[in-house]
Parts: sequence; C-alpha cells; structure tokens
Amino acid sequence: MTAFILRRLWQMVPTLAGVILLVFFLFNWVGGDPALVLAGKVADPATIANIRRQLGVDQPYWVQLWIFVKQVFTFDFGRSWSTNEEVAHVILTRIGPTLTIMVPVMLIGTTLAVLFAVLVAYVRGTLTDRIVMIVATTAMSVSFLVYIIVFQWLFGFRFGIFPVQGWTDDFWTNLTRYAPLPIILAVLVGLAPELRLYRSFFLEELEQDYVRTARAKGLSEARVLLRHVLRNALIPILTNIGIYLPGLFVGSFLLEVFFAIPGLGREIIGAVNRSDFPVIKAVTVYLAMFTMLVNLLVDLAYRFVDPRVTFR
Amino acid sequence: MTGGEPSADTAALRPLLEVSELRVAFRAERHTLTEAVKGVSFAVGGQSTVALVGESGSGKSVSAMSIVRLLPENAEIAPGSRIVYGGQDLLAATPAAMRNLRGRDIAVIFQEPMTSLNPVFTIGDQIAEALRRHVRLGARAAAARAVELLDEVGIPRPAQRVRSYPHEMSGGQQQRAMIAMAIACEPRLLIADEPTTALDVTIQRQIIELLARLREKHQMSMLFITHDLGLVGEIADDVVVMQSGEVREQGTAREIFETPRHPYTRALLACRPTLDHRPARLAVIADFVDGRQPPALSDAPRSVNGHDPVVLEVRNLRKVFCMKKGLFSHEAVAAVDGVSFTLRRGHTLGVVGESGSGKTTVGLTVMRLHEASGGEVRFEGTDLLALSDAQMQPYRRRIQIVFQNPYASLNPRFTVGHILLEPMAIHGIGSGTPERLAIARQLLRRVGLAEDALGRYPHEFSGGQRQRIAIARCLTLKPDVLICDESVSALDVSVQAQVLNLLQDLQDELALSYIFISHDLTVVKYMSDEVLVMSGGRCVELASADEIYRAPRDEYTRRLLGSIPQGWRTKTGV
Repeated sequence: MTAFILRRLWQMVPTLAGVILLVFFLFNWVGGDPALVLAGKVADPATIANIRRQLGVDQPYWVQLWIFVKQVFTFDFGRSWSTNEEVAHVILTRIGPTLTIMVPVMLIGTTLAVLFAVLVAYVRGTLTDRIVMIVATTAMSVSFLVYIIVFQWLFGFRFGIFPVQGWTDDFWTNLTRYAPLPIILAVLVGLAPELRLYRSFFLEELEQDYVRTARAKGLSEARVLLRHVLRNALIPILTNIGIYLPGLFVGSFLLEVFFAIPGLGREIIGAVNRSDFPVIKAVTVYLAMFTMLVNLLVDLAYRFVDPRVTFR
Repeated sequence: MTGGEPSADTAALRPLLEVSELRVAFRAERHTLTEAVKGVSFAVGGQSTVALVGESGSGKSVSAMSIVRLLPENAEIAPGSRIVYGGQDLLAATPAAMRNLRGRDIAVIFQEPMTSLNPVFTIGDQIAEALRRHVRLGARAAAARAVELLDEVGIPRPAQRVRSYPHEMSGGQQQRAMIAMAIACEPRLLIADEPTTALDVTIQRQIIELLARLREKHQMSMLFITHDLGLVGEIADDVVVMQSGEVREQGTAREIFETPRHPYTRALLACRPTLDHRPARLAVIADFVDGRQPPALSDAPRSVNGHDPVVLEVRNLRKVFCMKKGLFSHEAVAAVDGVSFTLRRGHTLGVVGESGSGKTTVGLTVMRLHEASGGEVRFEGTDLLALSDAQMQPYRRRIQIVFQNPYASLNPRFTVGHILLEPMAIHGIGSGTPERLAIARQLLRRVGLAEDALGRYPHEFSGGQRQRIAIARCLTLKPDVLICDESVSALDVSVQAQVLNLLQDLQDELALSYIFISHDLTVVKYMSDEVLVMSGGRCVELASADEIYRAPRDEYTRRLLGSIPQGWRTKTGV
C-alpha cells in the first residue's frame, strides 16, 4: 500500500506541473496586462511602468513562471490587488466558514441519502416508492433560489427560529446559530438527486446473483439489504462522493451570498469580479491539488469497502 | 415416474417433493402475461437425483426456483399449481415459513459461482451466515463449522481459505464454497441449477463427483438442472425433459437414454456431437418432428495431407502481458508461449484447453487484435507480425473472427444491414451501396436468415441467429481464414448443431480454413482435422483429431479427455 501511495504521489507531479503551466499561461495571455487593471482609468505611463516592475511582469516569461512556482510552494501569493490583504490570509480565514457549512452538509446529506435510499429500495415498486420519486423529481426541478427565499422567510422571519443571516468570529455560535438554516437548506436540496441516484445503485445491486444466494439461505429481506446489498452499493456511492468532494471547498456561492457568510465561495466570485488575479490563481492551484488528494483518498477508501481492489 | 408413478428405484420411499400442474407466468409491461411454465408435474423421491433437462427457455430453472420461491419479482405462480414438500404445501406457506425452509431444508447451488457469491464478504462469513440463521450457532462455532465444511467439499488448507474472498479463488473452488454453503444446514433437498455450466471440463467432473458423493453421504435428494444430457446420464436416477415450458418426457435415466419416446428427447440425444462418430452433418430438431427418423449419414473423413496449400503458418508465437507489481517492478505473464502450427486451405485446426490456457489469446494474436511479443505468423508466406498497420490492412480482411458471446459482439445500435455493410465499405468491397446491399442479402440467405433482417436490430434475434449474423459479417469480406473463438459455446445444443452444420457447409463451399477454439472437446473433435491442446500458454500436444482422441500421448490431454461426460455409457459400465 505504501508503494501504491508513493507511486500515486509521484504521478501527481506531472499533473500539478500541467496545472501550474495552464494557470500561468491562461492568466498571461487571456488576463491582459495586470498593470493596466491596477493603475485604474487615469494613469500616466510612468505609474504603469512602476506597477509593472513591482509585479514583475516586465521580466521574461521564464522568470515570471519561476516566481509563480515559488509562490505555489511557499504559499505566498503576495497581496490581493483589490483589498491589499495577504492572499494566504484571505484563503485561511475564508475556508473556516465554508467548512462550517459544507462539512455538516456532506455528512448529514450523505447519511440521509443512503438511509432513505435503502428504505425506498426496501419498498421498491410500491406506491410509497413512486410517490417518493415523484416528490424528489419535483423538488429537483425547483430553483435553489426559491428554497433560499422561502426558507429564510419561513424559519428566519415567520417562525424566528434562526436568524435570517449573519456570522460571528466564534465557531460555536456560528455552528449553532447561523449555520443550521443554510445547512438544512443545502441538505434538503441535495437530498433529492442523491436519493434518486443511490436508489438506482441499490436497485442495480438487488439484481445481482449474490442477492438470490442470500435469499436462498433464508435471510430476511432487511438483512439482505442492510448486509449484502448495502456494502456493495457503497462502492458506486463512494465514487460519487469523490466527485463532489472538491466542490466542498468552493462551497455554495449562493448560500454564502444570501446568508452573508464570509466563505471561500463568495470570495472567489468577488475576486473574479474584481479581476483579483493573485486570489484566483492561488485558489485555482490549491483546489487542483486538493482534488488530486481527494481522488487518492477515495481510491484508498475503496480498499476498505471492496476487497477486490488491489493497490498496484 | 412415468405417469406420476414412482420409478422402481424410489418406489419404497414417498416422494420428498411433488410438483403438480405448476404454471408460472411473467408479467410484462401493460400487464401482459407470458407463460413460462405451462402445467409441469414431476416428483423427487427421497434420496434420489432427478434431472430437469431442457434448453434455454424450457422453463426448467423457473420450475426449480418456484419450489423455493426465488423467482424474479414479476413472476406469478398461477392458482391450481401445487408444490408439496414433505407433506407441506409450499405455495400456501407464508414468506417467513419459506425463509425458514430455504437454506435449512432446501438449499440451492447456482450456475455462476463468481457472481453468486457476495464479492465483499469472506467465504467463511458467507457460510457461517446460514449456520447462524438456521442452526443458531454462535459466531465462533459457526466459523469453526465453516472450516469443516470447506474441508468436506475438498478445498485445501480450509483454515486459511475460510478467510478468502470469492475473487481470490478459482471458479471450481468458488463452486465448492457454494456447495459448502448449501450443505451447511444438512438440507434434505439440494437444488443444483446448472452448477457446472460455467466451469472447465475437468472441474466439472470433480464437482459432479463431489455432488454425487455428498448426496449419498448426507442422504439428500437432488434436483439437478442442466441443458446437457451428457451430464444427466452420469448423475440422475430420473430424468424430466422439458421444452417451451412443458414436460416432453419423463422416466428413469435408463428409459430416457435407451428407449426415448418423444421426438424432442431423441433429437436432443442426437444433435450433440459424440467422440465415436463424425457424421457429415449433425442431426437437428427439425429432423425429428412428426416422429421422422433422420437418415443415417456416413462419417465425414477428416485428416490433413500434404497436398493442400498452407494458408497460415505460425511459429513460436509468444504473447506476454505485463502486470504492475510493487513500486517500480513489473511481472511478465506469458499467456502464449512458443505455440506453432500450420493451417491448410479448407481445413480446420481445433484449439482446446481450459480457461486461462491461452487459446483465445492465440486467436487474437494471430489476427493482431493483440500485438504479439514474439514469433512469426506467416500468411501465404508474409509475416503478418512484421507489417506496419497500413501494410496489415489488406490482410485484416482475409482473417476474420466470430466471437463467443453473440449478445455482446454485435453493436446493439446498428441494424443488421449496417453491421454487414460497414466492413465492406471499410475494405472497399463492392462498387457502392446497392452492390453491397445485394451481397449482404445473398449472404443473409446463405446463413439461413430472411432478407428482411437487414433493417432489424440484433436484439430482435435469438442467440443462434445472432451468431449467423456474425458469421455473415465475416463472410462479407471473403476471408480465407475464419477464427471461431468459442463461437458455439453460448448456444443451446440444438442451435449449436445448426450453426456447426452451417460452418461445415461454408467450409466445403468456400474452402475456408478454420481455427476452431473451444473448451468443448467433443465439438472440437467433430469439427477439426488437427487438434492443438493448450495448457498454461503452451502447446501440450498437436496431432490429427482422430489420433489425439484415440491415443493421446500427453498426460494432460488424457486427463481432459477423461473428464468428458460420457452420457449413459459410464453409468451402465459402473
């Protein structure tokens, strides 16, 4: 297994190099001259030249590339162009609120989706199954924005259970007071598509021959589902989790905007609007690295669910 | 058992299981019902073996699964059907009562051991589960009993193997584990649904012998479901022959084999090639309808002589697959190792071997669907392995292949017309679509299909018809060599006979050379002039077909031949 991890880490090197090159050239070719962006509308050539020198964009490409590589590995992307805040600080402070929302969303959402999928698979083909599926499909078809507005009105304004929006510096206050409403929302909205997908995984497993063998042993349908089918269905479920896990860090932009949560997702959109290149570059590169790591972790997790997986 | 009376062997015992007037239908969309079993009656006596024999669609598995109610969810057992087991009416039993019965009184073994075992649990866990459910053993006692059971079914080092996962075992061992699971709770009736169909012939023999021994030792009764009459003669006391959901004939094994009365039984017995005869043409079901007796045909001569021109000459063919191992190292596995043979125009080379012997790889490497690792493949003197892809292109036309699985080897989104025209367009055969269509029509007629097949899709055809389409696809290119890779293995015996006859006719007509790859030694013997026996990627023996079957020189060949089910003869010989 160590050999497998080492090889996989080794294989990440060219991928990472590719990401760095791609980001670098995209920003240099498509991004335009950052000095013009920074200097503002009324700027004399001397100021622009001065900014160019400060940024290092008057240097040859390979020197700039070297600077970029150094930035990636020292975690020092300089300062944000628009707020003058250190990029490292921007990322470190914004990641906390995002995770406060998104980690519970993922844990609760996945657990509920698997649980409901098992239940629906148990009553497959019945009226309950059909009603649940119709409700899920309908729920999927309504825009996220509608849910946000309705929930804010209902729970924040009408019942006053949670504040409509807000955020503090204290983790527990955030988690117990400001996070629940967005978490409940994201879980509910994410549930319908996940439930549908996981249900299909369960139904597919139920068609397999080993299910018939389990029944031939005289096992109850509940035991067949919870022991034999569940573990096999976890394999595709794990793949699915691996796909959406990196998105966790960017968080849900809409949630953060509507609930005034100072998270990474809101920060990225803001950075794009302001052409704040250092922030965008840093987030892009680190997100790529994180995605690769998540993929590795998911591949390792397969081994614990599926004994057929070998690390080669 | 004829006419509902117990046969002589089981007369002393009251039937353990009685199935009468069983009707099962499948609900399709829009609530239409398709009847799969149409009033089937049979009985299984105490401590005896009854074989349900029939081809696909005969309803034999559905009948057997009705007993334990393991039918698909859209199946319906019609009122009026009766299944009585040990005095208990099973169709009136509650689901809970059925669960108590399943695994404890009636156990089942399935066809595909690989997919029938749960891949994510150890063999030990899966055996122990039945014990804990029915015998109420504790975890420790159940695990210990699982080891004993594995030992009993002949798995070496059972104490270690009990912790193995299914994928870590060979097919034969998996089936042994399935059997261990089935006999764990000492059932009185064992239902074996095609238990050896997915296995190699030597393993099949071992499993059959194991089942017979266990049945005797544990005083069980067995309901043995198979499409292969050859197996039945060795294991069954009574035989029930089924076709299209109905019982055609039932009686003792002796009656069925020595004095078959129903034309269908006679046809089944005749259409399977045997080792001692080689008629110019195999009998097919159609020959027997209306009680006709097919004309006795003289045996076709088979041999190789030096006169016919050599089409293909293979020397020292090698194919090595690389597998990653550890951090940087690779492990090389030779799938084909130094295989040589000569194929002459109009002749057939049979390639036999068990799974993993490399026989399929030989076929794929010869036509460069796999790149060879060494050796020569001389086609009319040109070494194909030395050619570039562009140079190879004209030769691709001349070597064609018919694959095993007719359900998977035709593109389901292409019409038959598209399937047949595409290769002609690629190789520039025919001046344009009208001419190609004419060729396609003519070939469809030649392989025994109607011309209107052109506009239809593969799923509209049966397995045998699809294999005819695959053959027609090859013929569009006017090949010199046809590789048949287990091309008839997935087909029912009666359909297999038809396709084999077609292949024979085409060979005579077009002077085709065949490389006929199969695990089925009787079919290979029937088709081949020369036979190449493979084991572990190597050629074990290469000789003329008659010689290899009459006087095998190699120990492995002898073992293979000794494993062929002998039908009724061994039974009488015992």
